[in-house]
Amino acid sequence: MIKRIYLDHSATTYLDKRVKRVMDLFWEKNFGNPSALYEEGRRAKKALDQARADIASVIGARPEEIIFTGGGTESDNLAIFGVVKALENSASKQKKHIITTKIEHHAILNAVKNLEEEDFKATYLNVDENGLVDPIDVKQALRPETVLVSVMYANNEIGAIQPIAEISEIIKEYRKNKTGIREKTPFFHSDACQAAGYLEMDVEKLGVDLMTVNGSKIYGPKGIGFLYVRSGVKLKPIVYGGGQEKGLRSGTENLAAIAGLAEAFKISQKERKKESARLIKLRDKLIKGILKTIPKTVLNGHPKKRLPNNVNVSILDIEGESAVLYLDARGIAVSTGSACTSRNLEPSHVISALGRPFEYSHSSLRFTLGRKTNGKEIDYVLKILSEVAGILRKVSSLPLAEKLKK
Amino acid sequence: MRHINKKNKKDINVANKFTGEGWVYSATVKKHFFYPKNLLLKDPKPGDFDAEGMVGSPACGDMMRMWLKIDPKTKRIKKLKWRTFGCASAIASTSMFSVMATEKGGMTIDKALKIRPQDILKRLGGLPERKIHCSVLADQAFRKTVENYFHGV
Repeated sequence: MIKRIYLDHSATTYLDKRVKRVMDLFWEKNFGNPSALYEEGRRAKKALDQARADIASVIGARPEEIIFTGGGTESDNLAIFGVVKALENSASKQKKHIITTKIEHHAILNAVKNLEEEDFKATYLNVDENGLVDPIDVKQALRPETVLVSVMYANNEIGAIQPIAEISEIIKEYRKNKTGIREKTPFFHSDACQAAGYLEMDVEKLGVDLMTVNGSKIYGPKGIGFLYVRSGVKLKPIVYGGGQEKGLRSGTENLAAIAGLAEAFKISQKERKKESARLIKLRDKLIKGILKTIPKTVLNGHPKKRLPNNVNVSILDIEGESAVLYLDARGIAVSTGSACTSRNLEPSHVISALGRPFEYSHSSLRFTLGRKTNGKEIDYVLKILSEVAGILRKVSSLPLAEKLKK
Repeated sequence: MRHINKKNKKDINVANKFTGEGWVYSATVKKHFFYPKNLLLKDPKPGDFDAEGMVGSPACGDMMRMWLKIDPKTKRIKKLKWRTFGCASAIASTSMFSVMATEKGGMTIDKALKIRPQDILKRLGGLPERKIHCSVLADQAFRKTVENYFHGV
C-alpha cells in the first residue's frame, strides 16, 4: 500500500495520543455516573467538574457557562432553538428575526431554515469575494425583533476568518440603545469548531454570548462538543430527560469523551501559536505552488485572513470528484465542493456565495493540513496535483468549448 | 446538476445496489474511470470524423463532446470518441458506452440508439443510486451527434 497523505483535517482529525491516554482512564476505572452519591459517582463528578473548569479557564469563562453536548451540530442547534424557545412567550408580537450568513455550516443553515417554516424571519448576510462578512451589513440587518445573530468564527470550506469582535461591538451597541423590550436581545452566537485549534478563543475578547466547539476537529474524540452560554442568556433544552448539564442537555455524561475534549482543547490552545506559524508556511507554499505551476487556478477565500491550515483552490476545467478520486488513487486525501460528491447534489453554497460561477464550485479542491503535515508531503502533493490536472484536462472538453466560443 | 428530479435529490444512499458493497464504485467503474476507453486525446483533423455533438454546460457540472465515424454502407459505428467535464460516473459510463457501440465490428446507429442507461449500468456492475443520472450524459451526447450526422445540426 502506498503511504497516505491525509489533507482533510477540517473534515476530522485523528485522536492525539495524549488525549487517548486521558480517555483511557474512563472506560473501566473511572466509569461511574456523576449523578450518583457514592464513591464511584463522586470520582466521576470530580473529573466532570475538572474538565468543565479546564475548558472554562481556556476561554476565560466560568465553569457553569459550559454545557457539554453531543458535538458541533448539537451545540449549534441548542444555541438556535434554545434561544428562540426561551423567548417564545416574550411580549413582542412581531415575527422574530434571526441574522446569519450565507456561508454557515449546514448545522446552522438548516436549523434556521426550519425556523423560517415556523413563522420566523431570517436574513442571510452576503460575504465579499474573499468570503468575509462586513460588520456594517450586520448593523444594517439588525431590527428590534432580532433575537439572535449567528456568524461562524472561521469557515470550514475556505477558511475565511470573520471579524467576530467587531460584529460583537455592533450588537452590544445596538442592545444598549434598545428600549421597551424586557430581554436584551439579540444574542450573539459563533460556531468556532474550525477556529478552536488555531485562533484566540477568549470569550471576553470575542464578545460572544454563545459559542460552539467540538472535539473532532481538534484531535479530540468525535461525538462530543460544548456550547458556551454566557450567564444571563436564557436557553431552553432541545433534549429532555434527567436534567444533566443544568437541564440543558439531559443524558448520562459521556465522561471519557468530555475529558478527552477538555484535554484536546487545552493542548490545541497551548500549542496554537507555534503550530499556526508552522502551518502558515506550509499553507502558503502549497498555495503559491499551485497558482504558479498549474495554469488556470484561483484561490478561494482571503489570502491572509484564513485558517493556517486551509487551502481551497478551483482548478478550472477539471471536475472535483474526478480529481479527488485520482488523488486518492495516488495516496492523497482531499475534499471538493463539487456537486457530484455532496449528498444533495448541490454545488458548494460557500463558493457560490463568493459570487463565482458554478464551474468554480465544481472545480474546487480543499486541502486542510494537520499536525503531521510536512514540507516533503507538500512537494509530493504539488507534483501529483500537477500531473492529475494534466490528465483530467485531457479528458475534459471545456478547452474545446472555449475555442468554439471564439 | 439541475436536470435531476426531486427523488434523486433526496436519495443519499451510496451503497451499490447491484453488489451491496459499501464502496461507491464497482471495480469495472474504477477501471473505466482511471483508464477510459475511446477518449479523444488530440484535437481531430478535418475529415477524421463524420459528425460531432456537444451537450451539457460547465455550470451544471457536466458537459460532453462526442465524435462519430460511420461506415457509409453498413451504417455501423466505426469510431466513437469523446471528452467530458464530468464526474467519475459520467466518465466511466461514457467509456463503457463507447465500448458497447464499437465492439464486434460496431453497432448500427439504430441499434446504438436503443442502448438504455440501464444497459450501461448492467455492464458497469451498477452505480451508486444517487449517481445514476450521470450515466444519461453519454446517451444525450450520442443522440446529439447522430442528429448532427443526419441533419448537420
